[in-house]
Amino acid sequence: MTEIKLKLTPDEQAILDGKQGEILAKAMRSIVTYGQAFNADRLVDIVGDQHFVTSFGANTIKPYFAMMDELIDAGLKTKEPFTVDPRPIEYSSVNVNPIQKLVFGLVFGKQADYEKQLKALGLKNENAFTCTCYFPEVGNTPKYGSMLAWSESSAVVYANSVLGARTNRNSAGIDVLCAILGKAPRFGFLTDEGRQATWKIEVKTSKIPNAQLLGSAIGLKVMEEVPYITGLDKFLGKEMTPTVEAFLKDMGAATASNGAVGLYHVENVTPEVRNLGEKLLAPGYQTFVVDDAELERVYKSYPVLWKNLDAEPKRIFIGCPHLNRYQLDGWIERISAALKVHGVTRTAMPVSLSTPPDIADLYRKDPEVIAKLKAMNVSISTICPLMYMNNPLAAMDPIATNSNKLRTYSKARFFQDDDILELMVTGTAGKGEKAQ
Amino acid sequence: MTTTFKGRSILSGNCQGEALVSHGGFNTLASYQTAVVLRSKKASCSDQNNVDLYKKVMTDKILCLPQTIGSTTGGLVIMTMCDIGNQPKAMLFSKPIDSLAAAGVILSDIWLEKRIIVVDSLGEDFLNAVKTGEAVSIAEDGTVTIA
Repeated sequence: MTEIKLKLTPDEQAILDGKQGEILAKAMRSIVTYGQAFNADRLVDIVGDQHFVTSFGANTIKPYFAMMDELIDAGLKTKEPFTVDPRPIEYSSVNVNPIQKLVFGLVFGKQADYEKQLKALGLKNENAFTCTCYFPEVGNTPKYGSMLAWSESSAVVYANSVLGARTNRNSAGIDVLCAILGKAPRFGFLTDEGRQATWKIEVKTSKIPNAQLLGSAIGLKVMEEVPYITGLDKFLGKEMTPTVEAFLKDMGAATASNGAVGLYHVENVTPEVRNLGEKLLAPGYQTFVVDDAELERVYKSYPVLWKNLDAEPKRIFIGCPHLNRYQLDGWIERISAALKVHGVTRTAMPVSLSTPPDIADLYRKDPEVIAKLKAMNVSISTICPLMYMNNPLAAMDPIATNSNKLRTYSKARFFQDDDILELMVTGTAGKGEKAQ
Repeated sequence: MTTTFKGRSILSGNCQGEALVSHGGFNTLASYQTAVVLRSKKASCSDQNNVDLYKKVMTDKILCLPQTIGSTTGGLVIMTMCDIGNQPKAMLFSKPIDSLAAAGVILSDIWLEKRIIVVDSLGEDFLNAVKTGEAVSIAEDGTVTIA
């Protein structure tokens, strides 16, 4: 793939030829080669703040740090500020024992150094660590039609589907290089044809489906293709409320992690469908029905990797991807009510509710709220639960979650919302049925 | 008897090796997570959801797959595999390569000067024909031969 078929402007060609330095030329060669693999016709200018998946200073990712050093040493910065995924650990909100803390220090020993690299390259601010950068409190919310080069699968699928922006599912590394050049190769979701749906998913469940389970069923079926989902507006309505946004966020994250979905359309709900309707369905699309039985089948297919299936979890993570304010308030209210119903004051194990730092700060300003949560054994955290599970010692504990993404990438066991709520207050899920 | 398939050479090269076949999407992060965190020289698949590969050794194999799926750290994981030296010899895609795998192999090639040979668009018949453990050879022009 040495011959350059992608059409470059004279300025782009000059960068590729090394007129602005060897390192920028290497960056350009990377994104041009990347674009050629997808028959991209040209590069487009990307606009606004970018978002990167790599937020963690894991000792193991040495080649990435070396690449960052090369870029920084060459005096390069991103064209616009950027946000990144959540930090891997926050000891003030997630208690760990001294040995686990030691291992966190070993696994993420480069965190401080890496954050210096991020700042040098153009990190937006100290609070820019979240997978849900598009929440209004965080403010990295792309406009409809904006060209981006984002990574983080859950953010990519949200930006494309719910906001109508245009980004491919870029990997860590390529995202940074595109942001430095301010360019991305035009292919896939950046084109009209790449946004056509090749699957029609008909939701025919008897009640509103669990978003995380529905996303999993869709992702496992369509993998990297684009689904056009019908039947959801019956449950969600047609307005884009915080409840609907939260549903779509969680469904999308599951489609992206259980499969490789980077864009979905929901009939009468998501913005491109409002503009184009069924014109978004590609000729010859396939159809798949998701009903109660299919969701049950998918749920039962998940392996449980706890050593002891009847174990009481040591910790529960809610908020992968990070919770919006509506969800955070909802969980606090539901946990509080469930504790009252069961006549107890504290959850049976620590419960971590993950949310962006900008939202966490709003709650942390109120000492009464924090005291109330502490008394309930609940914490508002800003970490990435997935990164937490990268600590081999921490991951040995039985951990429960309502996140299908966290289930996919770790040994955390997945429970649906009602079951996990019961688990929190009683230590037992599913009305006494501990393991499915 | 040999069977030959012709694909598109993304990162060209000649090599021979033992096939390791994933019929479902290959989740790069989930598959290599343990091996990358521990920097193991020999990587066993840690993806609980991959019934074909779970717990099988992937290092130095010819990884045959439809596409990669999952986290957008996928490319970074591939770079790290190449840095550790526990990567597969080659990746043979039945479908066109996906954006995460493409980023990983291209960045490894350009920034680390470590090449995983990659051929894509080999077709569904290729993935149906090739079996784990079979000898596979790859030619510069993207021709893949199953012994």
